Amino acid sequence: MANMAQAIRMALHYAEERLGVTDVFGEDVGPPLGGAFTATQGLKTAWNSPLDERGIIGCAIGLALAGQRPVAEVQFVDYVFNAIDLLKLAGNACWSSAGDWNLPMVVMTPVGSGIRGSVYHSHSFDATATHIPGWFVVMPSTPLDAYGLLLAACKQDNPVMYLPPKALLRIKGEELIPGEPGDDKQLSRLIDAPQGDRSKWVPQWPQLSDPELPLGKAKVVREGRHLTVVSYGRTLPLCRKAAAELEGEGIFAEVIDLRTLWPYDWEAIRASVTKTGKVLYVNEDTEVTNFGEHLIRRTVDELFYQLLAPPRLLAGKFVPGIGLADTLEMASVPQLPSILEAIRHLHAQEP
Amino acid sequence: MFRPKLVPSSLEPALLIQIHELMVKARALEERLIQMYRQGHGYFWIGGPGEEAFNVPLGLLVKKGRGLDHDYHHWHYRQSGTLLAMGEDPIGALRQMKNTASDPYSGGRNFAGHFSKREWNVCPVSSPIEVQYSMAPGTALAQKRHGGDGITIVTGGDAGTAEGDFATCLVWSSRKGQELPVLIIVTNNRWGISTPYDGQHGEARISDRGRAFNIRCKTVDGNDPVESYLELKEAIDYVRKERKPFLIEAMVSRLYGHSSASGANFVADEVDCIRRFEDRLVEEGVLTREQMDAVRKRWTDEIAEMARRVREEPLPEPDSIWRHVYWEGGKR
Repeated sequence: MANMAQAIRMALHYAEERLGVTDVFGEDVGPPLGGAFTATQGLKTAWNSPLDERGIIGCAIGLALAGQRPVAEVQFVDYVFNAIDLLKLAGNACWSSAGDWNLPMVVMTPVGSGIRGSVYHSHSFDATATHIPGWFVVMPSTPLDAYGLLLAACKQDNPVMYLPPKALLRIKGEELIPGEPGDDKQLSRLIDAPQGDRSKWVPQWPQLSDPELPLGKAKVVREGRHLTVVSYGRTLPLCRKAAAELEGEGIFAEVIDLRTLWPYDWEAIRASVTKTGKVLYVNEDTEVTNFGEHLIRRTVDELFYQLLAPPRLLAGKFVPGIGLADTLEMASVPQLPSILEAIRHLHAQEP
Repeated sequence: MFRPKLVPSSLEPALLIQIHELMVKARALEERLIQMYRQGHGYFWIGGPGEEAFNVPLGLLVKKGRGLDHDYHHWHYRQSGTLLAMGEDPIGALRQMKNTASDPYSGGRNFAGHFSKREWNVCPVSSPIEVQYSMAPGTALAQKRHGGDGITIVTGGDAGTAEGDFATCLVWSSRKGQELPVLIIVTNNRWGISTPYDGQHGEARISDRGRAFNIRCKTVDGNDPVESYLELKEAIDYVRKERKPFLIEAMVSRLYGHSSASGANFVADEVDCIRRFEDRLVEEGVLTREQMDAVRKRWTDEIAEMARRVREEPLPEPDSIWRHVYWEGGKR
């Protein structure tokens, strides 16, 4: 099965062939590298930009204003912070002009920890991204979702922040992307750029199709009756794993992958929490003014009388960075043991 | 005291008369906007009085229309003279000042001078003084790829050149073999709100910054509409034909201060481009004082009448805040 980087690459190929994407650009995005994570190898519209994040976002806005469909990459989300007011501007162009202008653009930028990235390659962005109105915010946790949601993003007439988790980009999926050959080695021969000189290399793209995943739809990735775990991105597979492990202890956790952070699928959360009465939100952004805090507020506002325990948030520690040493990273952002413990704790609570 | 050089006008009298009327119209509009602010018919004023001699010729020289075959505009908030010269009805600016539902640029959402008009490729003006310089290479790149002769025009003030976005514009538009058709304009009024020019700029001229990037550049007297017209024409022709950038710095005045935040009072010790132009038009026998006074009175009266109409127009509905967060397929 394809890994997430290959899935993104295939999605961008599909999008430039079939969905009108005109530019895939950013630092190291074009040849020869094809992206720090290899996600943009072999694309016909890929080009390398100056090392200037404000220029990248500004150029994407300009291209979109001119009716193009750009996908702009900031190589790590850690470097997008100096372009926040341009992200705000992209989010308000339609509203401020009372509906005169729209920006069909995607900003793709890998987020989160898990690649031993220390202070400037481990940032999360979900709290900040969901604080900028006018955007769609997407975070896939599987290669198939990464593929399908990127196609949905490229079809949007509004700006979309597409936030693949750094730690999952090289992880293989469990589901086939429509058109993907079943054999990993064959896929690699077709679409992975060779080592060494690539100047003559041309990818052989499989015949891909569009699974037509919608934006704004969550996915119940594991059913359960005792409590609900809502997560996305890097922590989602950990939550799934924790839920599987805890079945042995007689704890049946339902796990929801939010997939789109804005606008998010409240109906999916509501239906599950109404059933279980207990909810744990898990993400790895810093825990103060965290997106999960908003979800807790809404849970309390709308589902208070269905609750059997206080809604919980497990998130990153509110410290200025993620330290490089293994012990420091493990202590800073949720890992399997802390998720297991949080689920056990929530399950043990009785009204 | 500044003494104008007496060089003969090298523009046709009809064009001089047209430029004069548009300058007066733009000034009458800005002065009405300031008055509306003073009378409580608007919360904030910012605009372009003192830049008419440069901004009006710019509006007359652009290729107006929608899409890649026409010019794209990334302006700052002092561009009323350009929009009027392109043929815009001044009542829209009054509606934006009064934040009425009928405000054609922002539906009552944004400050005065924050224009947007997709029909003419006028991209939304925003309050940050620099962001437009980062966006301009994007439209220019699309135009270069498209072919044709449409160009991108970006304007900002001297103070905004301290921001990194100005460097972004120079870098992205001048890459070797990938030069972009951008006319980069800096109107230099020698102020950054209250920071004087010397408090920010070590460079002799802002236009000199273009040289390091092999960008053709020039500083012009933006208080002289004839020089502005001729220099802009040359620069625009170059960008249109060569598909390469041009940096033009226009020395202008700031006749009512930065904005209403600094009082919006007339500044008597800066060159008033209209007064200077009118002296010259009289001297050259193009217009009489009486004719020019009549033009001024006509636009002052007409715009005052528009302002009275606008005052009666309703504000946007409270529920309208939810409109246009996302694209609804076009205007209204």
